[in-house]
Parts: sequence; structure tokens; C-alpha cells
Amino acid sequence: MDTAKAVTPADDATSNQEAIKVENLHKSFGQLEVLKGVSLTAHKGDVVAIIGGSGSGKSTMLRCINFLETPSSGKITIGGEQVEMHADGSPSNRRQIERIRTRLAMVFQQFNLWTHRTLLENVIEVPVHVLKVPKAQAIERAHELLERVGLGDKADVYPAYLSGGQQQRAAIARALAVDPSVMLFDEPTSALDPELVGEVLTVIRDLAAEGRTMLLVTHEMKFAREVANHVVYLFEGRIEEQGPPAEVFGNPESARLKQFLSSVG
Amino acid sequence: MTGLLDSLGLAQSAELLSLSPPGWGGNLLRGLSHSLQIAFGAYALGLVIGLFGAYGKLYGGKVTRDLLAIYTTVIRAVPELVLILILYYVGSDIINKISSSMGGGRVEINGVAAGIWVLGIVQGAYATEILRGAIQAVPPGQIEAAKSFGMPAFMTMRRVTIPAMMSFAVPGLANLWLIATKDTALLAVVGFNELTLETRQAASSTRAYFTFFLAAGFLYLMVTLCSGVIFTRIEKWARRGQPSLTGGRT
Repeated sequence: MDTAKAVTPADDATSNQEAIKVENLHKSFGQLEVLKGVSLTAHKGDVVAIIGGSGSGKSTMLRCINFLETPSSGKITIGGEQVEMHADGSPSNRRQIERIRTRLAMVFQQFNLWTHRTLLENVIEVPVHVLKVPKAQAIERAHELLERVGLGDKADVYPAYLSGGQQQRAAIARALAVDPSVMLFDEPTSALDPELVGEVLTVIRDLAAEGRTMLLVTHEMKFAREVANHVVYLFEGRIEEQGPPAEVFGNPESARLKQFLSSVG
Repeated sequence: MTGLLDSLGLAQSAELLSLSPPGWGGNLLRGLSHSLQIAFGAYALGLVIGLFGAYGKLYGGKVTRDLLAIYTTVIRAVPELVLILILYYVGSDIINKISSSMGGGRVEINGVAAGIWVLGIVQGAYATEILRGAIQAVPPGQIEAAKSFGMPAFMTMRRVTIPAMMSFAVPGLANLWLIATKDTALLAVVGFNELTLETRQAASSTRAYFTFFLAAGFLYLMVTLCSGVIFTRIEKWARRGQPSLTGGRT
């Protein structure tokens, strides 16, 4: 049975444009239970900021969504298509998970650009080899994207010769190149020097403004408040509080969230 | 030219080494060509075995990993000369047994093919370990990025893991190639006429041991020097994108 075929326009409408739906997600590393039943829905066009202290499980949750981490249990639906899982949480349909991953572009804390490829080669890699876009077309698009993130003149440079901020902007261009339905940002500015954070946030802010669906794990509270339309606070593997940023930041109910917000300033 | 050689007392050596009979130079070069064929073949076979071996050791099931552990341990524990004798005689014995059981006669074993198999199996054990180490040295983020974009496993190996591990593997693989060129000399014990055996025959026929072994040494040295140039280029290519430790100084 092929769930991909089941997605007709009618289905799409009834799913109310749910881009990502996570239901009762659990994840344990050995004895350590990192996620204790997290549920989350992101609609098309949502910018969801996920905040929380270190060890709260926010990165793990993001990584479970594209199965870089195998969930222990739970249900994950991407664009109306439920990921087929074995009882132990591992994806049971390799092709399905690969196909879904091409629609979820991830931006990593450590950039993870391919060091043996130039920026241009990094950006065209997935479109050309995974999505089978004609190379000339992919190159043209890659130049546009690099231009857009302010790296138009760096197309033929290898990542190691660039600053962290430039590398992260290139990683965002690489993510955009697959034309993703959802972008997953895993602490995109945490590895950057303070003076480089701004340039990356500017790019992300632009993407949010044009209505891209994004899940954003971040430590930048001011930024989260500004760009997100939904904020999720995780505490010890559970969602402690969530809501619109004005509520979550301006009028937090949970004592833990209050304490967290005052500690991060 | 002749005058110079005469004055150095090398005229006789030059004559012995001349390429056409009665000189033995042609035999030496033919031996060198056999040696290089075997070295190339064995090295290529070793790399293929090594790649499968490395992936098997890293990602294989328990049985695969145990079998590979036995393979690499045994091959690396036994002296190569002994291995060559074992693999050569056992191999030819098995082939002959199969041949006679199928009603055929004694099979003449092709020296080059046998040499490639025997040395290739030896090389494979070392290549397995070199490549396993190199794959493990690839930052996990490189492979994770490929995975996160839906790249299938085999494509990830081809497009990401192998290129990324090359810079770690090339120095070890260069060593292995030089060992391969020199290990071909061991095949002399099974009567295969590679460079060393050709040299010995030439030397014992003419009693000019010094001349011929010096010439053979020179040929091996040339192979090493040329290999060095080639591997320097390969390493430079494999390290593309990585700033040099000297910061651009040469």
C-alpha cells in the first residue's frame, strides 16, 4: 500500500494544511527518557519556536521528526502522510522516510556543509542527485539562493574558508534548494560568535516573513518572540506551556517557564 | 659515452644490462612489467575487499563482523611469505581437485592471476583496517546531513562518505601500494617470473650479482618515486576544501 497515492487534493484540504503533526512522541536513550509524550501540530505557514533549557529534549524532538533519531513510540504525520513505523518506533518503509526527508530540510547547529564540496556543489548536491533536477537548472537556482543569503560571490569557495555565519547561511541556501515544505532549524545560531548571529537571524526572519513553515529550536528568545507565531516550552521531555509568543513570553503561567525566561534574560 | 663507461669500468655492466640479447635488460623490464601488473591488480582487489570489509566491520551483523575479524587478524598475523605459499599451493590444489572431479586434467595456473589473488587477499586485510579507520574519522554531521535530505544509503556512501574519508585514507593507502609493489618480490618463491626472479636468473647466469641486483633496486626505487609523485597529487585532491596546516605556505 502506498500512502503517497492517497494524498489527493481533497485529502489535502481536509487535513487543514497540517504540515507536521506529532502525537504522543516518546524517546528514550537506554534508561534515560528524553521525551515523555510530546504532541505538537504545525500548520502550513506556521513558525513554531521550541524553547527550553539544555536537556529538555527540544533538539531530540526535532531530530525525531525526520527520524535522525528513532522515536521510541508515537505517531508522526508529515503533510498528511503518516510515517510507517515498526512497533519499536523505527521507520518501516525506507523509501517513504527518504521521500519525506526530501520535503523536510534541516539546518544544523554545526552547519554540516559537505567540506569536500564548494558552496555551489553543496547547494546543488541534493537537487541533482536525489531529486534528479537537471544540473543546469539546479546551478541556476543555486546561484539565486546563494545570492539571496548574501553569498553570491562565494559559490566556488570551500566551506572551511568561510566564517561560521557564512557557512550557516550557505546551509540555509542548501536547505532552500530542495524547496522544502517544512524547514527544521536545530539551534542554528548556537555555534556562532555573537557578532555573526545577526546575519543568520536576518535570513531566517526573511524566510518567516515569506510564509515558510518552520520549526525552530532556539536559544534566541527575543528572536523567537519576534518571528514565531507559536511558542512551545519544553521542560524535561514534556511540553510545559505553549501558545502565541505574546502569551508565552509576556504572561507565562508556569513557574518553571517564568524561571527559565528570567534566567535567559 | 662509451669512453666514460670504459673509464669507470662499467662497460661490461652496460653490456649485460642492454635491452637486446645477449643483454638481460629486456628480461628485467619484463619482470618489472609483471610485478607492476600484479601490484596493480592486487591493490585494486585489495581496495574492493577493503571497502566491503570496512563497511562490514562497521555496519554488518555479528556474524559478518566476527568473520571479518578472523580474516584481518589471521592475515595480518601470518608472515606474508607463508601466506603466499599457503594461498598459492592450497589455491592451485583446490582448483586442480575441482578440475579432476569434473573430469578435466591438470590446470595450468596463470601466474599473474594467481599473484593478484594471493596478494589481493593480503592487501584486503590491511585495506579493511585503513578504510574502517578513515570512515570512522568522517565527522558524523557529514553523513547526518546527507541522511536528513533523504539521500539513500548507497548514494550517501558514494557521494559523501567515500569522498570525505579519502583525505584520511590516502596516506595509509599510499603505504599499502608501496607494500604491494614490494610484496610482488615474494612471489619469486612460487616460481613466478616477476622482477626479483628475473634478476636472480640473470645474475646467476652471468655471475654479475652486484650489477643485476643494483639494477633491480634502481627499478624498485623508480617505481617508488613515481608513486610518490602520483600519491602527492591524489592527496592534494583528496584534501580539497581543507586549509593546509601551513596556512597556504608551501
